[in-house]
Amino acid sequence: MIVKVKVNGAERSADVEPRVLLVDFLRSNLRLTGTHVGCDTSSCGACTVLLDGEPVKSCTMLAVQAEGQSITTVEGLAAGGAMSPIQAGFHEEHGLQCGFCTPGMMLVGTALLDRNPNPSVDEIRWAISGNICRCTGYMNIVKAIQYAAETKRAAATAPTAQPVAAGGGQ
Amino acid sequence: MSSTMHMHGGIGESIKRKEDARFIHGKGNYLDDMVLPGMLHMAILRSPHAHARIKSIDTAAASAKPGVIAVVTGELMAQHKLAWMPTLSGDTQAVLATDKVRFQGQEVAAVIAETKYQAEDARDLIVVDYDVLPAIISPDQAKADGATVIRDDKEGQKDNHIYHWESGDQATTQAAFKKAAKVVRLHTFYPRCHPAPLETCGCVADVSSVTGKAVIYMTSQAPHAIRTVFALVTGLPEQNIRIVSPDIGGGFGNKVPVYPGYVVATAASLLIGRPVKWVEDRSENLISTGFARDFHMTGDLALDENGKMLALRVHLDSDNGAFFADAQPSKFKAGLFHIVTGSYDIPTAHVTADGYYTNKAPGGVAYRCSFRVTEASYLIERLVTNAALEIGMDQAEFRMKNFIQPEQFPYHSATGWVYDSGDYPKAMNVALEKLGYDDLKKDVEKRRKQGEVTGIGIASFTEVVGAGHGADFDILGLRMFDSAELRVHPTGKAMLRMGTKSQGQGHETTFAQIVAEELGIPAADVAVEEGDTDTAPYGLGTYASRSTPVAGAATAMVSRKLREKARKIAAHLLEAAEEDLEWERGKFTVKGSPNKSKTIQEIAFAAYTNIPEGMEAGLEGVHYYDPPNMTYPFGTYAVVVDVDKGTGQVKVRRVVAVDDCGVRINPMIVEGQIHGGLTEGFGIAFMELITFDADGNCIGSNFMDYLLPTAWESPVFELGETVTPSPHHPLGAKGVGESPTVGSPAAYVNAVIDALSPYGVTNIDMPLTADKVWAALRGAGITE
Repeated sequence: MIVKVKVNGAERSADVEPRVLLVDFLRSNLRLTGTHVGCDTSSCGACTVLLDGEPVKSCTMLAVQAEGQSITTVEGLAAGGAMSPIQAGFHEEHGLQCGFCTPGMMLVGTALLDRNPNPSVDEIRWAISGNICRCTGYMNIVKAIQYAAETKRAAATAPTAQPVAAGGGQ
Repeated sequence: MSSTMHMHGGIGESIKRKEDARFIHGKGNYLDDMVLPGMLHMAILRSPHAHARIKSIDTAAASAKPGVIAVVTGELMAQHKLAWMPTLSGDTQAVLATDKVRFQGQEVAAVIAETKYQAEDARDLIVVDYDVLPAIISPDQAKADGATVIRDDKEGQKDNHIYHWESGDQATTQAAFKKAAKVVRLHTFYPRCHPAPLETCGCVADVSSVTGKAVIYMTSQAPHAIRTVFALVTGLPEQNIRIVSPDIGGGFGNKVPVYPGYVVATAASLLIGRPVKWVEDRSENLISTGFARDFHMTGDLALDENGKMLALRVHLDSDNGAFFADAQPSKFKAGLFHIVTGSYDIPTAHVTADGYYTNKAPGGVAYRCSFRVTEASYLIERLVTNAALEIGMDQAEFRMKNFIQPEQFPYHSATGWVYDSGDYPKAMNVALEKLGYDDLKKDVEKRRKQGEVTGIGIASFTEVVGAGHGADFDILGLRMFDSAELRVHPTGKAMLRMGTKSQGQGHETTFAQIVAEELGIPAADVAVEEGDTDTAPYGLGTYASRSTPVAGAATAMVSRKLREKARKIAAHLLEAAEEDLEWERGKFTVKGSPNKSKTIQEIAFAAYTNIPEGMEAGLEGVHYYDPPNMTYPFGTYAVVVDVDKGTGQVKVRRVVAVDDCGVRINPMIVEGQIHGGLTEGFGIAFMELITFDADGNCIGSNFMDYLLPTAWESPVFELGETVTPSPHHPLGAKGVGESPTVGSPAAYVNAVIDALSPYGVTNIDMPLTADKVWAALRGAGITE
């Protein structure tokens, strides 16, 4: 059957079997391989994507259940060439090692900061507790999300950039 | 993009990782991301029984399903002499079962189809008729009189015994025990657990029917060794085999062995003439691939009347599963377990080990561990804390009293190791100071008087990592050296290739930093590549914390080789004698003429454009490094716990970890490794367990049963360091990735045992789940 969704801002559709999992649809049909499969049982969160802004585990959801909704994957985090604050945070705070859990972690962190721009350490730890990381021991992931929160807060209070003429000024 | 891009990136600088960009953009290149033209998918049918004779296999319905290209059974594999394969421990392992299944999850048949869904649908239609046999799930059952012989496929195998192995001196140890004022015994079981990297194992095999070239993309920590094993198993000429390890989503030892799925996928691609992808699911990973530990250990520690250690005696029974497939150096049947005297000056020791077949998955791998060092460290550190508690001496003081002293290095241990360097009292003192030990002890006393159950655990581990030396350490005869090839391009940028393979350790950054330090080319200008056997020099791979001790040393040595050639070119360019040139990182200067100098970039350009008469062009080299000895990282970990008397739940209040891994190349990466290892150690101590019911059904076959620590349970770590360089490593580095998993489980458990010691509890086997702690409290009469 035909499934139509918006993925990272673009309308996408495909003819899939009703039983096809959302993660397989993203990885195989759309070739968005940044979303990973780690456990098949909703336990590890490597397959986390945002569905209308809410984190969901795409390994235990059918593609057809996402019909008409908006999906954000890791490939949709950067704006053009610029990393999002959460991506910068993971890099700056050494929040990743093997990188396999990282897309899910960053998406959960993004959703958290959208809801709560100033989370406590416990709030961050609780938010990412549905995502397993085997490498980092989580301390630097917490710092990475704090880094992103700070960046976003700083951006929100910074004076608006003034447009400059092409070729002009610093 | 990075805040540290401008830095040179020499040794000791915490530059941000070069490999991060692709991962944070979702552009990593993991095995399952790979799609080749015409690629087929394979699904494996596994045994539901732990032990059963196969009466028949009916593949007709499966073969008839749409999209199915082939159904492979052991019979078909046998026709190609591939039904069995050698293991890394010199045993044999079934690729697809022909006679019996010997563990739940064993590979029985495989379906190759156009899509993954079709392959799995058809797999479920294969009908196997089994004659179920009694399952043996422990060494005690395996050695019982009349036990069913699991390996009746092996000629001459009359029982379930695999090996007997000894180390140390029985006679002197017995004599020392006779003189002892006190003997402390600990019997403990280090249960079976699983490395469970977040990415499971898999491969894409692409064998050309025209050229015979087999390209196998594989989640492998040791691609070169796998290539040679494949050549030996399949008979394919080695130059026609190319193993490529793409980005790996964590390994922790799980991705060292050769698994049947790799062999079947390769055979299928060869027979069908199309690429075949096989990626296991989580349950397949947990029930069939390399487990860890499963050691039943008894240790006796002999003490004199002053609490000085006199001798150590250890026996262990090892549960190796259905095939002896431990990934370890071939000389040592129980791995490097004989490091069990640990950080202590114990004059004599005797270790005996017996391995047994059981109806459980094979493949005792080193889960973030240097070949059974974890089990050894756990036993001695648990035994030492128990001994201190039993004789009423402070745990820290008892350790200090018995440590090998700094002036005793190089130290010859009772079981034959030569420890390279160490300062154990110093690491202990740093830990105690960070902990505020004296105040903490008073606080514990106070809390206990108020009825709280609280305790402190210490573990002062010594690891042995960085295998070889090649004469003593080999895998299937392959000596455990490693390699680095460095090519400096005319514009002064470089490409470094090694025989190791990162699985998250940050090799692309760390090894570039070694070149930056030794050859002066900024780390940002050094690309590091690993994992492709067609391009990288031969090496034994990444496990057992050997990359920095071995390939890191090779990188330093090849950089120095090129620096010597660069000196000759600089002398030519500056019209000076070689001995008149001074090297400072990145350039040669004529002594006394600070304005007369050539940078390494200028020299690199000259290497291709303006070389002295008679010199070979280029600035390239390769170095194979065979370490003269292992390295011996060490440290002291201390844990504070509070136990809830009502529920048995353990709350880890503090973790202080002082590591000495010699010189740190990128401190940020080193600390990241320590965080991760301490968390895996926490999981092993409190949560992770692969166990079996009486019929051999695996309990722990998914992440709802096999519990891994999340951010919610994981403790916060307070790190400290001391630096005692390795005297034989060119950079003084020792390797660190595994120290925290080796050292921390005993610290966590010692803290709980210390907390329960006022109630007479001396041991609880891991994992220390709330129900076990609760039962121990109830057993001690606590009923609140």
